[in-house]
Amino acid sequence: MAQVQFNSITKTYPNGFEALKPTNFTIKEGEFAVLVGPSGCGKSTLLRMVAGLEDITAGDLSIGTRVVNHVDPADRDIAMVFQNYALYPHMTVRKNIGYGLKNRGTAKSEIARKVDEAAAMLNLTPYLESKPSQLSGGQRQRVAMGRAIVRDPALFLFDEPLSNLDAKLRNQMRIEIKALQRRLGVTSIYVTHDQVEAMTMADRIIVMNEGRVEQIGTPAQVYHNPATTFVASFMGAPPMNLLPAVVDGGQVMLEGVSFGPAPHRGKVIAGIRPEDFSPDPEGDLTIHVDLVEELGAHRLLHGKLGEEAVTVHVANESVAQTGPLRVGVKPDALCLFDAVEGNRI
Amino acid sequence: MKRAGFTTVSLPVFLLLPQLVIIAVFFYWPTVVALQSSFYLQDPFGFGSTFVGLQNYADLFTSREYHRIASFTVVFSVLVTFFSLAIALLLAVKADKILRGAKTYRTLLMWVYAVAPPVAGFIAVIMFNQSWGPLTQFFGMFNYTYLVGVNFNDTAFAMVLASVWKQVPVNFIFFLSGLQSIPRSVREAALIDNASAMGRFWDVTFPLLAPTGFFLLIINITYSLFDTFGIVDTVVKGEPGNNPMTLVYKVYVDGFRGNDLGGSSAQSVILMVLVLALTIFQFRLIDRRIHYT
Ligand SMILES: Nc1ncnc2c1ncn2[C@@H]1O[C@H](COP(=O)(O)OP(=O)(O)OP(=O)(O)O)[C@@H](O)[C@H]1O
Ligand SMILES: [Mg+2]
Repeated sequence: MAQVQFNSITKTYPNGFEALKPTNFTIKEGEFAVLVGPSGCGKSTLLRMVAGLEDITAGDLSIGTRVVNHVDPADRDIAMVFQNYALYPHMTVRKNIGYGLKNRGTAKSEIARKVDEAAAMLNLTPYLESKPSQLSGGQRQRVAMGRAIVRDPALFLFDEPLSNLDAKLRNQMRIEIKALQRRLGVTSIYVTHDQVEAMTMADRIIVMNEGRVEQIGTPAQVYHNPATTFVASFMGAPPMNLLPAVVDGGQVMLEGVSFGPAPHRGKVIAGIRPEDFSPDPEGDLTIHVDLVEELGAHRLLHGKLGEEAVTVHVANESVAQTGPLRVGVKPDALCLFDAVEGNRI
Repeated sequence: MKRAGFTTVSLPVFLLLPQLVIIAVFFYWPTVVALQSSFYLQDPFGFGSTFVGLQNYADLFTSREYHRIASFTVVFSVLVTFFSLAIALLLAVKADKILRGAKTYRTLLMWVYAVAPPVAGFIAVIMFNQSWGPLTQFFGMFNYTYLVGVNFNDTAFAMVLASVWKQVPVNFIFFLSGLQSIPRSVREAALIDNASAMGRFWDVTFPLLAPTGFFLLIINITYSLFDTFGIVDTVVKGEPGNNPMTLVYKVYVDGFRGNDLGGSSAQSVILMVLVLALTIFQFRLIDRRIHYT
């Protein structure tokens, strides 16, 4: 167990591409941190720098109390689970799991005991003598997990470990990984571009965009109090509605309706989560519903508020026809963003 | 399931005919002739032949000279195969580290592959020229008089050197593409699991290269046994004398120089059996042992 500290870390690839802008944050001991962001935003780059697979261009990275910038991957006391599992195809499951221990001079009997223990924990016991090519995707994934947990490292690194699995298995493994991490209490950094995975697994979410950290916070903070319009539109499915508004006379005005006081002046963007609208005959706003999406437990109404497209989330017992619908907005549900920079006001 | 197939036998046979004819004329017919003539004692001047049964084989097996040449061939093949593979592997591992340069590097090394064996032999002869060959001069610096074509060991060394030099590029290309087909993440996993570069090479890289290596092993044995003919020929300059030679070269010397067609044919048959054994060995082992996926 260890904390991980990023101190002005930057990464510029040899071709001159700046994949990571100066980054500062700390992952606490035992924390499950999820790095999330769109494809190409630098998540893997960041993770691989922690693993030592990618050089750090500038800044200091510490794991525990040690600055590890120039420490070899094998000496950083980390374990990594790769997207395609990266199992050794010529070794049996037992050898795959035990390989890291063997190279660290662990006694044979000790390796056997630890491998058996890990295999039992991951339901891999019947496959210990199989080669990876004889296993299913989910089993391979577990072997990769086993390889990480037997080492009992200070830090787990996961790079989209579930993205090659089908939806059902993904849900199951998501829960298993989270439970395992809870039980072992090992600090973890988990990379994903799936915001559902991020929301459900994280103690804290780190949202990245174009090589920058946009926001760090608990899933609830990131969801309800997005720091930027990017976070607001990236987290949540469907995303937050972002509507142009003005602050006039100290009041936020959206579609000519006042939404309480604001210190700002001029144009702003008002963010409202789809579920923060509620159908209400007395409501201030009128939405013209074009399409009703039936999702079983609830419904999504897609329509227009003035000129802007909006999505409204309603429970399945409520109205479901196209046409005008009067809605209210739940109190305190409005997030205001700067119209130019996209930052939270 | 529906399978595409021919309804008659004649059409496929007709389509295969050109290939079958070529195989028959250039492979089976010579084989049969060689097999047949290995049981006869030919008159050196072409006036008929006498059936002698297995006498030609018996002569070979009791011939001290044949044993000597067979032993040399084994030593020669082992040296050429080992060094061609080892040097190529070393170069490939180094080249693989600087992936970017690999393409130019690859092409540069590949050039040697285009050199015909007699030319390779000729280059060796030039390098070891008695009065001005650079390698002769190099050995001269250590007060060693290098005599290609006169001293048995010197000649053998030149032959091995030329043969290895000629074969390294082929092996290099195969090893390099073998190395580059190892998934990056597998190597990275090894990087995290094992601090020692040597350990990673022997535990992960080398086993994953095994299919390539085994294929090359067979190719190289065949090369050193048969395709080095041109090199041997150029280096010994058609003057066998006391010089080292390989079994294939002896077939030529006995058959075309000594006009002993029967004995030469018997030697060819022995070599054919050797190739057959190698081929069977290759198919059996390659399929069974060294495939992972
Ligand atoms: N070796 C490299 N040389 C140059 N640029 C690179 C290199 N590796 C990655 N990049 C660039 O750096 C950026 C970040 O890449 P990275 O792999 O970290 O993205 P990611 O967030 O993990 O994306 P994904 O979700 O698709 O895996 C990308 O724009 C990519 O093109
Ligand atoms: Mg990635």
